[in-house]
Amino acid sequence: MDVFPIILVIAFFQIIIIQKPFPNLDQILLGIVLVIVGLFIFILGLDSALFPIGEKMANEFATKGNALWVIFFGFALGFSTTIAEPALTVVAGKAGALAAGAGAIEDNQESIDSFVLGLRLTVAFSVGTAISLGVLRIIKGWPLIWFITGGYSIIVITTFFAPPQIIGIAYDSGGITTSTITVPLVAALGVGLATAIRGRSPIIDGFGLIALASLNPIIFVLGYGISVYGLNI
Amino acid sequence: MGQDFIQSIVSALGGTFKDILPIILVLGFFQAVAIRKKIENLPSIVFGLVLVVVGLSIFIVGLEKCVFPIGTQMANQLTDLNFLTSGDENVIAATKDSIKIDPAIYLWTYVFAFLIGFSTTLAEPALIAVALKAKEITTGAISAWGLRISVALGVAFGVTLGVYRIVTGNPLHYYIATGYAFLLVQTYFAPKMIVPLAYDSGGVTTSTVTVPLIAALGIGLAANVPGRSPLIDGFGLIAFASLFPMITVMAYAMITEILAARKRTADKS
Repeated sequence: MDVFPIILVIAFFQIIIIQKPFPNLDQILLGIVLVIVGLFIFILGLDSALFPIGEKMANEFATKGNALWVIFFGFALGFSTTIAEPALTVVAGKAGALAAGAGAIEDNQESIDSFVLGLRLTVAFSVGTAISLGVLRIIKGWPLIWFITGGYSIIVITTFFAPPQIIGIAYDSGGITTSTITVPLVAALGVGLATAIRGRSPIIDGFGLIALASLNPIIFVLGYGISVYGLNI
Repeated sequence: MGQDFIQSIVSALGGTFKDILPIILVLGFFQAVAIRKKIENLPSIVFGLVLVVVGLSIFIVGLEKCVFPIGTQMANQLTDLNFLTSGDENVIAATKDSIKIDPAIYLWTYVFAFLIGFSTTLAEPALIAVALKAKEITTGAISAWGLRISVALGVAFGVTLGVYRIVTGNPLHYYIATGYAFLLVQTYFAPKMIVPLAYDSGGVTTSTVTVPLIAALGIGLAANVPGRSPLIDGFGLIAFASLFPMITVMAYAMITEILAARKRTADKS
């Protein structure tokens, strides 16, 4: 769906403003077909296999499971869905290539791969942690605003010690992770939990998980940057 | 060339399967250990998983070979000095020499960033669903179109400001920290029912196709604007695109509330 406005805006710019033929047009057109077809098949598969099972399971855990199981399930769900997120795969790969190109890490395939995998695992781990923390918050009824203010304070402080090569990627990672696979499954868990526990609002608590899942990766990726490049003092 | 694509897709299959494997293991484990029920329609589930792996492989190759290059090419073309200066040699030489560049010469880049942010957000399916829910929760006080346009404007402003930051090379965290400080103050004054929705709209808007395109635009810009490094300055546009919708959605709710209150007092008198 969102491919068409992109084509429209770019075609407008290319023809009216830049007034030059688009470089490698045939390859780009073939690529657009791949994006549309691939996304269609991918979402069809998600809707017929992963989402029904995942949503049902999230619901079942929320209503019947004991607290420890739900927290554990929340971590596993957050971790595994983030690893599969395509936007993260692509952007992390680019970040690795750039880091190598700029001489921040060694410029060979092995060290790029290990940097990219480390980055993706860090983000996945942070989303998992965020979801289990969010589940605990819903169960205990702690106000979300504590976590948001606390989280952003930690981000601001950590940023001062973080190497500049990681700050941009870290701040972006929050928005990249909450995407096609993660959001529906995590929201299902939040809404299920909030409906099952008395006195919780499905709207506030369902969204709260996503808010934490976009905040926590920033902290963890800043930490990852410090561990790779060293402290910036 | 077609063969090249097919080869890339086939070689992506293994990696994609590995990426999907954790979800399969997690769901399988909890189904077996905690829920202890047999999965219904197992063959159709397995078929669905095959679709996920194949679709994701094709999609990722498309992102890498098309969406990313589009973002980079647009950045290259829009920052090309011949394009910016209409080929005026003196201006080109002066721009190359001067360390401090005039951010105003990148006007078309800002327009492009604004339009891409606005149009992709307006067409985002996840946002349409959220907007309808918003109308329902607020019993019509927030219209679905009003919400979609405020989110789209938020993303558009965010990406444009982010592009300006890349051009000027200011530190990213100054902008983001100011934005969040503003957001916290705004949260305090905004109508309570809009707050969760506003925070949600930040994450929802940055979709799988838009994220790589915007990321590529930022990296491409940082590679072309004199004095910028792609690694240090190129990232950050997505952070802007997630932050600003929260601000505009709350602003929209505050304006509707003030207008409604005015109308009530006007009706009374």
